Amino acid sequence: MPSLHALANPARFLRIARPLTPVLFWSGVALVLFGAGAGLFRTPPDYLQGETVRILYIHVPTSWLGMGGWSGIAISSIAYLVWRHPLAMIAARAIALPGALFAALSLATGSIWGRPTWGTWWQWDGRLTSMLLLFFVYLGFMALNRADADRGGDGRIPAIYGIAGSVLLPIIRYSVVWWNTLHQGQSIGLTKSSIAGSLLWPLPFTLLGFTLFFAAIVLMRMRALLGAARAEARMRRMATA
Amino acid sequence: MNPWPFVIAAYGLTFASSAALALWSWLRMRDAEKK
Repeated sequence: MPSLHALANPARFLRIARPLTPVLFWSGVALVLFGAGAGLFRTPPDYLQGETVRILYIHVPTSWLGMGGWSGIAISSIAYLVWRHPLAMIAARAIALPGALFAALSLATGSIWGRPTWGTWWQWDGRLTSMLLLFFVYLGFMALNRADADRGGDGRIPAIYGIAGSVLLPIIRYSVVWWNTLHQGQSIGLTKSSIAGSLLWPLPFTLLGFTLFFAAIVLMRMRALLGAARAEARMRRMATA
Repeated sequence: MNPWPFVIAAYGLTFASSAALALWSWLRMRDAEKK
């Protein structure tokens, strides 16, 4: 098992990432398709929400990855600032776009769920507003990274922003506890759930599937960023030769 | 209210944008590794 420091070597990382990318991608796609198919056609409608409950199988994974993506950015930012891992900021930059997309999908699927369930597309309640803020924080991180790269920065400012932004994660997580929100309280936990097993069983498949898919996308984007950095370094060497 | 248009919209949006992200990421990776 390679250590974290060993993986910080770009050449070693690429040797592992190249074969791992298609494995993660295709196993993720297969799990998502199986879980979504089961969620759409194999589970009964909910006694209160009816067929709308089927949105659960994609809304929960997109929300999990919207938040999980920022956890990845925060951990990478800490690794960059503390240990100066050469791949840490590349990982953070690679996570930003899929993280932002999944946060947006969480908001969109939640809104689509809300219209027939709550009778409204949107409410400025704690959970929805804090998730929207996370989406804007992602956009800010991407803009900051671009500005930092344009000015020849060393990535320290985006890394500090990456750590500071993680303050939103507990706010999102506990918003349904701290405030009286339209969004339901936590109904799914690791050990127990208030949702019936006959409805819940496809969720682990879509949850794991989207997570593997997300990891494959991050690896693809890291490989793209490393490739671009190598090409730029080569051009610089040729220009100075 | 018929719930199916909402269910189809949520799944369609998620799958279409995930597929677009995957395709774009793969093309960028392929181009960058070719250089």
